Amino acid sequence: MHRLAEQLLDTLIVLFGVSTLVFLLLVLIPGDPVDVVLGESAQAADREAMRAALGLDRPLLERWGLFYADLARGDLGDSLVRRQPVGELIMQRLPATLQLAGAAFVLVLLVALPLGLLAAHRRGHWLDRLAQGFALLGVSIPNFWLGPLLVLLFSVQLGWTPVSGNLEPGSLVLPAITLGLSMAAITTRMVRSSLLEVEAQPFLRTARCKGLSEGKVLLRHSLPNAMLPVITVLGLQLGSLLAGAVITEVVFAWPGIGSLLVDAIRQRDYPVVQGVVLFIALSYVLANRLTDLLAGWLDPRIRGAA
Amino acid sequence: MRLPGLILGVWLLMALAGNLPTLEPHLVSLPDIFDRPSSTHWLGTDELGRPVLDRLLAGASVSLLVALTTVTLSALVGIAIGLVAGYFGGMVDRVISRVIEVFLAFPGMLLAIAMAAMIGPGIDNVIIALAVMGWVGYARLVRVQVLSLRQRDHVLAATALGRTDLAIMIRHLLPLVMAPVWVEASFGIAGAVVAEAGLSFLGLGIQPPDASWGGMIRDGVRYLLVAPHLVLAPGVALFLVVLAANLFGDGLRDRLDVTSHNTR
Repeated sequence: MHRLAEQLLDTLIVLFGVSTLVFLLLVLIPGDPVDVVLGESAQAADREAMRAALGLDRPLLERWGLFYADLARGDLGDSLVRRQPVGELIMQRLPATLQLAGAAFVLVLLVALPLGLLAAHRRGHWLDRLAQGFALLGVSIPNFWLGPLLVLLFSVQLGWTPVSGNLEPGSLVLPAITLGLSMAAITTRMVRSSLLEVEAQPFLRTARCKGLSEGKVLLRHSLPNAMLPVITVLGLQLGSLLAGAVITEVVFAWPGIGSLLVDAIRQRDYPVVQGVVLFIALSYVLANRLTDLLAGWLDPRIRGAA
Repeated sequence: MRLPGLILGVWLLMALAGNLPTLEPHLVSLPDIFDRPSSTHWLGTDELGRPVLDRLLAGASVSLLVALTTVTLSALVGIAIGLVAGYFGGMVDRVISRVIEVFLAFPGMLLAIAMAAMIGPGIDNVIIALAVMGWVGYARLVRVQVLSLRQRDHVLAATALGRTDLAIMIRHLLPLVMAPVWVEASFGIAGAVVAEAGLSFLGLGIQPPDASWGGMIRDGVRYLLVAPHLVLAPGVALFLVVLAANLFGDGLRDRLDVTSHNTR
């Protein structure tokens, strides 16, 4: 219990640090943000209204306090362009992003687990080299190039999938591949190396000496032990899926929070930029912390140390 | 490591060639719009009739400049902070560790996008945004190692001889922590090249009419059906450089026998 409390406190400190960092981003805007948003020729009354809306008429420390007071109530401010609360905008766009990230995650599991298993099982075989090659390609292809390539191949040449948007069935396939490929590559590598590491453990020899079949050895002894580092990597990646979705959503005109962020940047809608960045960063932190908790709960060695 | 070295060498040559005065990356030539690759235009022309090869070379020069300055800047800042945290320990270390933890808790690319969105586009700002995201990896690596090296005999001897803290950090600790730093820097090159291209792709990096690989992909995507070479040329270049830098990092890690590496 003591360890849980410690982790909770630690998480709170990180959340505090991350949100302060996001708050400070607004301070980085060079010059007067009001000029940037409205242009230099704006009316004095409009400028004052904007200044008040952004809270710029108050000292920095007070704005910081207000930022947290608002945050505690779940208030992320209002969009300058759309005249809507930022939280509402995020909630409207979130389902599309979750759908994309979820599909990418399923894809990762479907590709990485079997491929990593196969590679470890056939170490040195051409299948292993194929899996390793895939892993290297996957981390080296930038997703903003992979997306257009896939469109060129599957939508334009073969006509199998729609080019962009999320309205037609099948439109999820290419964005999910684009978003998931590098994660699948990293996970494949992890599954392979972690299975190979377990393979060297004495308890596997014991299990085989007991006369267990290879299938049982794999299911009962290899996999459960090899999955812990894999789960940790998956958890870390789960959070970065949301961040990675930013570019993928732009490539495919996918109406999620990533394209909301990029649109807001173009329109200099600073409260929306700040809100979306904060939302993604906090989700990332929480995903990582939950993964740590899960890994600790699954691993009797860590659980026993509590 | 021969092939990756070769590719990185070609990148360097392309970057140098990108500064040749005979290149015309901004030459708009409306009769030549969307020319397929030919003997006059080796890689064809883009939507304004500009030669893709010339723009590719100019883009190589941008990506090399951004990658080298970003990695150097991140490494210098990260090493300095890591040395200080690991060497002095105590309260200093606790504060720095918290800051490192906060930056690690931020998805790297998101931080770069947010920074670039706030401070505005342009090559200098891209470098700043990427260094803000990059320093933390080096700081963490150096800190952990210095923590374990601090009690080594040679460091204790140097302290007993009255060497200053700065001299001990630079002469006696720094050389011992450099191996993983080189590996990190090699992966850092790959990361910086992708990140610069990604920012430019989003319109937050290098601004038109200046050429950058990410910007070329972004413009090319609009004409994917008419002129796929606009996306293929910069994409292949980008992919090869990133692949080479990753392979180079892998090779370096095996050679220097550094076991752990940052997967971020």
